Amino acid sequence: MSMQLEVNGKVLTFDAQPDMPLLWVLRDLLRMTGTKFGCGMALCGACTVHVDGQPVRACITQVSSVAGKKITTIEAMASDSVGKRVQAAWLELGVPQCGYCQPGQIMSAAALLKHNPQPKDADIDQAMSGNICRCGTYPRIRAAIKRAAGG
Amino acid sequence: MIQNVSRRAFLGAMGAAGLILVVGCERRASAAGEPKYGADSMPHGWVDNPLAFVAIGADGTVTITCHRSEMGQGVRTSLPMVLADELEADWRRVRVRQATGDEERFGNQDTDGSRSMRHFFAPMRRCGAAARNMLEQAAAASWGVPLGEVEAVNHEVIHRPTKRRIGYGELAAAASRLPVPARDALRLKNPSQFRYIGKGEIGLVDGPDIVTGRAQYGIDPVLEGMMFAVVARPPVYGGKVASYDAAAALKVPGVVQVVEIPGTPPPSEFQPLGGIAVIARNTWAAIQGRQALKITWQDGPNAAYDSTAYRATLEQAARAPGEVVRNQGDVAAAMSSAARRVEAEYYIPHMAQAPMEPPAATARIVDGRCEVWTATQAPQATRDRVSKRLGLPFDRVTVNVTLLGGGFGRKSKPDYVVEAALLSRAMNGAPVKVTWTREDDVQHGYYHTVSVERLEAGLDAAGKPVAWLHRSVAPSIASIFGPDSQHEAPFERGMGLANVPFLIPNLRVENPAAQAHTRIGWYRSVSNIPHAFAIQSFVAELAAAAGRDPKDYLLELLGPARRIDPRTISDSWNYTESPVLYPLDTGRLRRVIETAAQQAGWGRKLPAGQGLGIAAHYSFVTYVAAVVEVVVNGKGEIAIPRIDVALDCGPQVNPDRVRSQIEGACVMGAGNALVSEITFKAGRVEQSNFHDYQVARINVAPRDIRVHLIASSFDAPLGGVGEPGVPPIAPALCNAIFAATGKRIRRLPIRDQLAASSGSGA
Repeated sequence: MSMQLEVNGKVLTFDAQPDMPLLWVLRDLLRMTGTKFGCGMALCGACTVHVDGQPVRACITQVSSVAGKKITTIEAMASDSVGKRVQAAWLELGVPQCGYCQPGQIMSAAALLKHNPQPKDADIDQAMSGNICRCGTYPRIRAAIKRAAGG
Repeated sequence: MIQNVSRRAFLGAMGAAGLILVVGCERRASAAGEPKYGADSMPHGWVDNPLAFVAIGADGTVTITCHRSEMGQGVRTSLPMVLADELEADWRRVRVRQATGDEERFGNQDTDGSRSMRHFFAPMRRCGAAARNMLEQAAAASWGVPLGEVEAVNHEVIHRPTKRRIGYGELAAAASRLPVPARDALRLKNPSQFRYIGKGEIGLVDGPDIVTGRAQYGIDPVLEGMMFAVVARPPVYGGKVASYDAAAALKVPGVVQVVEIPGTPPPSEFQPLGGIAVIARNTWAAIQGRQALKITWQDGPNAAYDSTAYRATLEQAARAPGEVVRNQGDVAAAMSSAARRVEAEYYIPHMAQAPMEPPAATARIVDGRCEVWTATQAPQATRDRVSKRLGLPFDRVTVNVTLLGGGFGRKSKPDYVVEAALLSRAMNGAPVKVTWTREDDVQHGYYHTVSVERLEAGLDAAGKPVAWLHRSVAPSIASIFGPDSQHEAPFERGMGLANVPFLIPNLRVENPAAQAHTRIGWYRSVSNIPHAFAIQSFVAELAAAAGRDPKDYLLELLGPARRIDPRTISDSWNYTESPVLYPLDTGRLRRVIETAAQQAGWGRKLPAGQGLGIAAHYSFVTYVAAVVEVVVNGKGEIAIPRIDVALDCGPQVNPDRVRSQIEGACVMGAGNALVSEITFKAGRVEQSNFHDYQVARINVAPRDIRVHLIASSFDAPLGGVGEPGVPPIAPALCNAIFAATGKRIRRLPIRDQLAASSGSGA
């Protein structure tokens, strides 16, 4: 069926089953591949996007449930003031290794900083433990979040 | 051969004018029968022809080709950086292009074994130096001055006496008409002149794309008319489809086609496992369609594979003599006269690499040519297997190598790419992307082996070992390639089993038989993981039995600094390196142990429930020691506030990427030790996704990782970096847990073994 979504400030129209996860709408239908597939069960965080400013796992979010809401993906983070700071910190500290999980990490980190501009270690654990990095960049992720916070 | 590289293909591929074109230089042939080592020993060896690797546009843009796969180690930054340094290129004007699979042209592309920098540092330097020399020649000729008066500096050639300058872009066309200088005549930089090498100041070339979501992985290609596929594979290795009904699957909206992929009976090497593929208009529809398939499987001979029973089988094998790997002195006699005997068995389970990007590939076949886009550590093997399976000539297959969203050994096996090629053929050549779900990845992998390591030692009255017996029992990776010998291959025995460098007069290593019942594959650090875990745990157990400090005891076992020819300790493999150039240097191992201990404040007093543990291991011709600090709370929960790692990998070309690899190795090593385990029941993997196949998360990962790099001259041979950080972490952690709690962990993963109700770890 024909559907509409507001993604990164643009209203996009496409055909999809209403129960199709947002992840596959973004990746396969809208061809926005910055949002990554990692598990399909909200276990790894690679698919994290913002829906009305809240971090959600796109892999278990039915597209029909986000109609009329504002969806923000990694592709728009460079034009977001917090997202931009997070991206800069990621580069300054050389966080990425393979980089595959990093869009999701950045989306989670940006959401954290929007709600908690000066997160403590425990806050970082809480907000980021849903995002797996198999390369093991966690120490630099932690440091980069603190840098982006200006701490 | 290099001479076969076509000018037109090179120009066409680059689509730019003013390229450097040079006549190929023949690699020196080695005398017949002379053993080959290092890059020389790898398929297609190395190439140092600038024609293959560097092009300069008229605008001065330098395009450097990276022929090794980027999977997080930073190779797309580090190898081009080496070439750029010798070329005196301004890094801001360098672009990196990824090679397709083409070893005739680029040399070996197998990105595994921690070899990329070790084998290509020198060839990349020569590429850069040759191109620099040609630019200097072109400038000297244009000014009509002697070559000795000009010098390339930061993207320009300068005429010293007159201070005239010409940019690389202006020189490129003239330089391209010159012959390549002879290899022996090249003037390489003195390391003091390095602009980028050894500095660690260059950011990742892919960093900006990664943080903005633009980076392209194997799962990301979008082609016009592309179909999306997932495959239902036999749940048991060697099983096959008995019958299936696709009617319901074909009714799922978006499903286009259902196709059977024939499997390959074991040993199935890099071939697909076979099964039923669902091809659809998007991945979600394909997944839904697969769920609607009704398949009856025929499980075959591995249907009884059961991890609990198999552990008992391994233990039984380890308690009886096995094939002798190494023998010195008389262990039996020394054991019987020892003042005291200690024995222990260690168990290390199967694990899955579980790269965050699961296996994925896209294939298209047009006019009898197949083109694939994929994340692969083995571009040449991928091209070879696709061409053979499709029955196409090798030169009609192109393998485009994307970024890899992690590899860890899984993406050295291109079964998933062959699947994509077969499905494209089934769809008359239309582009088909195959995506492995996480469940597919966890349940149909090439698993890290499973092993029981049994150690026995006889101590003298002073607590010093006079006899050492190690029996290692583990199914071999070789079992995927041919008849299962049931014994570890030389490369597995060379990973810290045979080549244990201890000064013990009576030492025997055996390898009893173990049959494989699943696909066994490389997993970052491979057999070093079980061997180091057992040996480095056992040394600490002996130290405890002797009432000695574990660090001092370990150093004493290593004995004085000496360079051991690996062949004299039954290791003929030596990570493919020359035993003369790369002896096992116990002095270097001692030094990393002493460095890690000193930096960690070894011996410092810690409160109850906290402890320090140490372990050291030589692997991938690199020396690593780790001191892990652990906190175990009253509930038996484990935290790792700090790890100090000392690393001697010879010269460090990109120190920041060396550090990041070691940080990652600490995290992965901790995950291996704490939570990761794959088990089988009725031949099937019991885990399916990250809820039951766990890996390290930020809240349990080591908090403060301090990497201490041992300085080295650039004249020294390079060691590996990607893998050697992993093996010491698990034993150092378990040794720390012993120091903190008095509990000895002998079975991984640790999981809740320290919980109050849990028994001993044995």
